[in-house]
Amino acid sequence: MKVRVTITLKPGLLDAQGKTIKQALESLGFKGVHDVRVGKYLELELNHGSAGATRKDVERMCKTLLANPVVETYRIELGS
Amino acid sequence: MKFGVVVFPGSNCDQDCLDVLNDVIGQRAVPLWHQETSLKGADAVVLPGGFSYGDYLRTGAIARFSPIMRSVARFAREGGLVLGICNGFQILLEAGLLPGAMLRNTGLRFICRFVTLRVERTDTPFTNRFEAGQTIRLPIAHNEGRYAADTKTLKAVQGQVVFRYCKEDGRVADAANPNGSVDAIAGLANERGNVLGMMPHPERAAEAALGSSDGRLIFESMLEAYAHA
Repeated sequence: MKVRVTITLKPGLLDAQGKTIKQALESLGFKGVHDVRVGKYLELELNHGSAGATRKDVERMCKTLLANPVVETYRIELGS
Repeated sequence: MKFGVVVFPGSNCDQDCLDVLNDVIGQRAVPLWHQETSLKGADAVVLPGGFSYGDYLRTGAIARFSPIMRSVARFAREGGLVLGICNGFQILLEAGLLPGAMLRNTGLRFICRFVTLRVERTDTPFTNRFEAGQTIRLPIAHNEGRYAADTKTLKAVQGQVVFRYCKEDGRVADAANPNGSVDAIAGLANERGNVLGMMPHPERAAEAALGSSDGRLIFESMLEAYAHA
């Protein structure tokens, strides 16, 4: 099963990269960009049975290693 | 006094630390490979700067799971002196041995230059040779040095701040904060005071020929603390 994990800085924390990209978009004439947040995207291939067990496992991976709960949040999407 | 300097794949300040401890301070310092579990009888442990595991995922995120780190954590819990410099500080944060986290510098640049620091505490085993409120000059060299913590943590660690980025006259100001660290925090100790993390490099400024010998006092403070322990 393919699992997609997206990790971003918690809201409220200054995302210096996101801010710079937003300014670049504005200077290129793109209007109405309210905010840009940059994150990490991971694709995991897992040999697990149920979706529930997979999600639980990836949840643990995020908490242990993939994300730093002090400054980051994560989103898990189960694929096919 | 015997020091152990941990060497991770990607550490690049380990030899400088060993050199200062052995030849400048005149103590015994040995490297500790990250896959070992023995601290080889060290009285203090140094986690040096560098790019452990290529800074992959996050700085220090993978290094913290090295076998040696279990021993370092136990040593710290027992009150042993642990000094984390730059990447070593980042590893201590990831390992939860110090509170908070490190983010990318606000200016998105790798900064390598001397900074002025204010010594906020002189009652730690790392700063007993300094005078209260003293300003010192040490170099920084990092891309991820913006210290961050949530409001509650930040309030709780106020008394644990050991170094702050400041102007030459000792005043803290945004202009003197190189990386956007919250509260200008450059160095932080744990509650007990036996673990210190700092972004500036004392080992790169331990001899006058290198532009500053202020860093030497950190290692000499550790000797002092050890002698009176």
